[in-house]
Amino acid sequence: MTATELVAASPVLVDQQKAPARKRSGNTPFDGHVSRGWQIAVTIGMVVAAVYFLLPVYWLLIASTKSTSDLFSTFGLWFSDDFTLFDNIAALSSYDGGIYWRWTLNSVIYSVFGSILTTIVSALTGYALAIYRFRGRKILLGAVLGSLLVPGTVLAQPTYVLLVEMGLNNTYAGLLLPALVYPFGVLLCYIYAQSAVPLEIVEAARIDGAGEFRIFGSIAIRMMMTGMVTVLLFAFLGSWNSYMLPLLVLTDQELMPLTVGLTGWNQASITVPGLQILTVVGSMLSIIPIAIVFVSLQRYWRSGLAAGGVRF
Amino acid sequence: MSSTTIAAPRRRAGAGLRLAPYLFVLPFAVLFVWFLIAPIFVAIGNSLFRETSSGLGFGSANETVFVWFEQYAKALQDAEFLAGFGRVLLYGVVQVPVMIIISAVLALLFDSALVKGKRFFQLAVFLPYAVPGVIAALLWGFLYQPSVSPLVAGLRSIGIPADFLSPGAVLWSIANVSIWSYVGINMIILFSALQSVPRDMYEAAKLDGAGELRIAMSIKIPMIWPAVLLTTLSSIIGTLQLFNEPAVLKTITSNISSDYTPNMAIYAASTTANDPQLASAMAILLGLATFILSVVIMKLTTRRKGVNQA
Repeated sequence: MTATELVAASPVLVDQQKAPARKRSGNTPFDGHVSRGWQIAVTIGMVVAAVYFLLPVYWLLIASTKSTSDLFSTFGLWFSDDFTLFDNIAALSSYDGGIYWRWTLNSVIYSVFGSILTTIVSALTGYALAIYRFRGRKILLGAVLGSLLVPGTVLAQPTYVLLVEMGLNNTYAGLLLPALVYPFGVLLCYIYAQSAVPLEIVEAARIDGAGEFRIFGSIAIRMMMTGMVTVLLFAFLGSWNSYMLPLLVLTDQELMPLTVGLTGWNQASITVPGLQILTVVGSMLSIIPIAIVFVSLQRYWRSGLAAGGVRF
Repeated sequence: MSSTTIAAPRRRAGAGLRLAPYLFVLPFAVLFVWFLIAPIFVAIGNSLFRETSSGLGFGSANETVFVWFEQYAKALQDAEFLAGFGRVLLYGVVQVPVMIIISAVLALLFDSALVKGKRFFQLAVFLPYAVPGVIAALLWGFLYQPSVSPLVAGLRSIGIPADFLSPGAVLWSIANVSIWSYVGINMIILFSALQSVPRDMYEAAKLDGAGELRIAMSIKIPMIWPAVLLTTLSSIIGTLQLFNEPAVLKTITSNISSDYTPNMAIYAASTTANDPQLASAMAILLGLATFILSVVIMKLTTRRKGVNQA
């Protein structure tokens, strides 16, 4: 996959340079003689697709306004007579001493801190690989490319064994530190730095007496911004979605992220009936902010997703 | 501007220049060795041992014995562990093509002039990607459960005895969750590939009298073929790692065993069975299988590229 990932990552840059031209051509579709029958068929197909993709989220929104008994007894795709969304949120907030918000906070800590640190580590490395020629550069680059072949979840169990040996299981660090190794982020930063940071500017800054870290911190970082935001987004999503490692590493409820906490509730709801509605409301509240962030950051994920081959 | 003031910063820059790259890559290098190299070696080492409890009851000291490849033999004789591989391969062979075909059709439609309200529909298709896989599985889990699902109720009311969680259906119910989650990202990747195809190619084809469908089949699909191949192959590799969706759905049905997929078997061996040595051996076997599959796929794609160039 190494070669393909490289090939896949390069269109990001091409894409951005071409962006204005693309927009112009997009505005002038060549729809001279599109038959009416086709148009109707396609519209029906699109509506069916939209229903499929939106239905579960719509169900979730409706279900979270219901009481436990209405959840089981009323029609799932419309509101019941009782609108209990706010009661549900109150119940969610008070259950088990407000553990839900603790999980939310944990998810935010793991994802926000984790992704910021990951981005910094990746940017420093990618920049150095692109700008400097130093002993061991080839080895490091080879290691980064080679490690793309090591699937993340295969590492989960060995990482867990290692963390237990170091006494880092059941700690924030135990979950944060492994996430900082993000070879694909390094690769993306390397490719961005290569084309976005001209060596002449680095040379000029050196002649003006700027130190190497100053050059990176105040000049290069700005030129690499788009690439870094893309890495940030993917790293954030990776942590926000991560499940197997936290499931293995954390046994302390207080340290769990939302994914682990909510699935735990779902499992327990077989014996504790009230938990079902809390799982529903909790899931609903956890996806709304992310959906909003996603829609508002369209520009970045569009260019970033063109990178392709990103696995979580 | 005396010569000394110029020389001073130069000397500093020179020393910095030699050291700087190492300082830049240091954090990554340390973390890389710590959390990517070390776990692999720990797992390999671990997998060569067996823990036996000497004596009875609590307080008995556990003894670790070096057993060479016994754990690997044990894993490879575990019929359920091997069945898990068969299951994810079957799943991959069906789920991946279905997902890629849906993604490609949607991308082609969005790239044509046929869709009205493009922004809304694109957003609808992409929205599920913002839902974590685990939460998506929870959500579909509710839609599969007869007690709460409007889908099951609706199908049953028109005489279809739907059971999404029956032994025969559950694998495809898991596939549905993945399709729902990942069509969006694959559609966007293919759509971006389509957008970078020069528009003049279509104009020329149109002048020759080609319709939209003909243009899609003879120009667009061949042009984005590398992207289609890439998304297909990385998805196939991804299916070997299947864990989140079945692990979540397992909580609502007994038709998903605790070793339903290789990764679930690793998790079960590591936790409930409390056999980290066996789990490590299984993890290494899964890693090797993934590695071999990746290399085979890489060979196939590079050969394909060669053919295209010729």
